[in-house]
Amino acid sequence: MSTSARLATLVIFVFAVFVAVPVLIGLTHRTDFYYTLSSVALLAIASGGVWLTFYIGRINIGQGAYALMGGYVSAILVVRYGVSFWITLPLAGAFCAAASVLIGLPILRLRGVYFAMVTLVLTEVVRLLALALPITNGAKGMVSLPPPGPISLFGLTLVPSFDTFAERNEAFYYLSVAVMCVCFAALYRLVHSRVGRLFVALQQNEELASSMGLNVPALRVLAYSISSFFGGIGGAIFAAIAQSVYPSSFTVADSVNFMLNCFLGGLGFVFGPMLGTLVLYFGWDLLFQAGQYQLLIYSGVMIALMLVLPNGLLSIRPLNFRKRVRPLIWRRS
Amino acid sequence: MAPILTVSGITKQYGGLVAVNDVSFDVAEGEILSVIGPNGAGKSTLFKLIASFVRPTRGEVRFKGERISGLAPHIVARKGVVRTFQETTIFKGLTVRDSVIVAHHLRSHAGLLGFYLGTKAAREDEAEFGRSADEILEFLGLRAVADEIASNLPQGSLRALGVAIGLAANPKILLLDEPFAGMNHDETRRAVEMTRAVRDRGVTLLLVEHDMAAVMRISDRIVVLNFGAKIAEGTATEIQSNERVIEAYLGVEDETIGV
Repeated sequence: MSTSARLATLVIFVFAVFVAVPVLIGLTHRTDFYYTLSSVALLAIASGGVWLTFYIGRINIGQGAYALMGGYVSAILVVRYGVSFWITLPLAGAFCAAASVLIGLPILRLRGVYFAMVTLVLTEVVRLLALALPITNGAKGMVSLPPPGPISLFGLTLVPSFDTFAERNEAFYYLSVAVMCVCFAALYRLVHSRVGRLFVALQQNEELASSMGLNVPALRVLAYSISSFFGGIGGAIFAAIAQSVYPSSFTVADSVNFMLNCFLGGLGFVFGPMLGTLVLYFGWDLLFQAGQYQLLIYSGVMIALMLVLPNGLLSIRPLNFRKRVRPLIWRRS
Repeated sequence: MAPILTVSGITKQYGGLVAVNDVSFDVAEGEILSVIGPNGAGKSTLFKLIASFVRPTRGEVRFKGERISGLAPHIVARKGVVRTFQETTIFKGLTVRDSVIVAHHLRSHAGLLGFYLGTKAAREDEAEFGRSADEILEFLGLRAVADEIASNLPQGSLRALGVAIGLAANPKILLLDEPFAGMNHDETRRAVEMTRAVRDRGVTLLLVEHDMAAVMRISDRIVVLNFGAKIAEGTATEIQSNERVIEAYLGVEDETIGV
C-alpha cells in the first residue's frame, strides 16, 4: 500500500472515530454507545499489548492480570492519596511494566503452551491478591472514584474537568479513543522499526537470534513490559469510567478474550486486535438473543473462523486497506 | 603465533553420561580446523560448549586469552565467536535479505530507542546494513534468491544462508555445524570453495563435520573425537594414518574415510 493510501486510511479512521461516531450518537440519542465504544477502545489497547507478545512468539493469556493491576494502582492512588487521575494513568502503566519485568524474567524462558499456562494462572493470582491485600479493600473493591479533574498548564485549561460534561461518558469516549490511537501508533512504529524486526527474529528462532548477538532475554522482557504497560493503561481508564474496580473487574475470561481478539483480527496485522475487539464485543452482544445457545454459537463461529481464516479477519482485505507486517504467517512454536 | 581460541580440559556431564571428556586443543588464527568423530562422539556438545550455548562441567574455553565459558551466548557472539546452525534453523518466514539484515544487529551504532525514533545514526545503520547484506549475498551466490522467503530455499542455498547470517555478525571465528551434510558431490565441491573463500576474508573457521572426504580436503588440521574424548589431532595425512582413528571408524568402509 502506498504512503498516500495509508495516509488516507489514517485520516478516514481519525475522522470516523472523533467526528462521525459522536455525530451519529448525537443524532440517534443513543448515548449508551459512548460507554460501549469506550470499552471497546480500552479492551483494544489491552489486546494490542497481547498482540505484541504474540509477535515475539508467546501466547499470552494473562493480560487481565495487568489490566486489573493498572485499575487498582490508579484507583488506590486517586482514592487513598488524592493523586490526580492524569498522573496515575502513566504511573499505572509504569507499575505494570515494572511488575512484568519481575514476572517476565523467569516465565519468559518458557515457550509454547507452558508459557500460556503460567500466564493463565497470573490473572487468578492477581485477583486473589486483590482480595487478600489490605490496601485493595478486599472483595468490596475500590468504589466511588471521582471523575478525572481538569488538566491546566500555566493557568490554561487544556482538558476541562469531566464533571463539566453533560454526558460524562462522552468525555471518556474521547479519552479512550485518543489513548487507543496513540497506543496503536506507537505499536505500528515499533513493529515497522528495526526493533520490530528484532522481535520477529525472536519469534522465528531464539537460538539463532542469540547466535547473532541479540540479547534475547532482554528483548523478550522489553516486549512483555510494553505489552503490560498497555494492559495497565487500559485497566486504569476502565476503572475511571466504571468509577470502581473489583477483584472480578478482569477475570480469566477477559484474559482469554484479549487473546481471542488478536486471533480474530489477525496476528500478522498491527491493527488486527483493534478490529478483533470491535467484532468480538458486538458479536457477543448480538448473540444475546440466542439465549442459552449464545456461548455455543459464539464458540462454534470462533472455531470456524480460525479454521477458515487462520490469519484473521484482516487477511480478507477486499480493499487492500491494511498493511501487513512480516512475517506473513505466524508460526506456532 | 598465539592461538585465537584455546579449549582446555573441557568436560560436559549430563547426569551419569559424559558427553565431552577432558578435551583440549588450540585454534590458530586464520586456519580451518575440523572436529570429526563417529555419531555420538560429542561433536555437537563440544560445539555448543565453545559457542557457550551450554556451560561446561569442568574446563574452559578462552578466546584471545579471555575466558568465554559461562558467558551468555549473545555476549560470546559480540566478542566474535559466532556459530551457525544446520539448515533447519533459520528464520523461516523472513526473506533471505531480511534475515541477513537482521543479523547485522551487532554492527549497529544506534540504540534500540534510536531505531524506534529513526535517528540519523539509525538511518545510517540501516543503509549500511542493506549495503553489507547485499555484498554478503553476492559473495555467497545468494543474490538471485535475495527476496525469496527462506523456507522456500533448496538445501544448498539454506546452508549458504546460514553462513551469510553468521558472516553478518562480523565474526573473528565462525563455527560451522556440519556444512556438508546431506550434499551431493557437486554441492559439496561448491560448499568447500565457499568455505575457503570465507577463510580468505580473514575469518578463522571451526567445523564439525561427518563428510570425511570434504574434511580431508579442506582442513588445515583435524581433531578427532570418540566417546567424548580426543583421540587424535593433526593434519589430514597424519589423521589418515593414525591407528586409533582407523580403529574408531572400524566398520566404516575405507573409502569413506579416505584412507
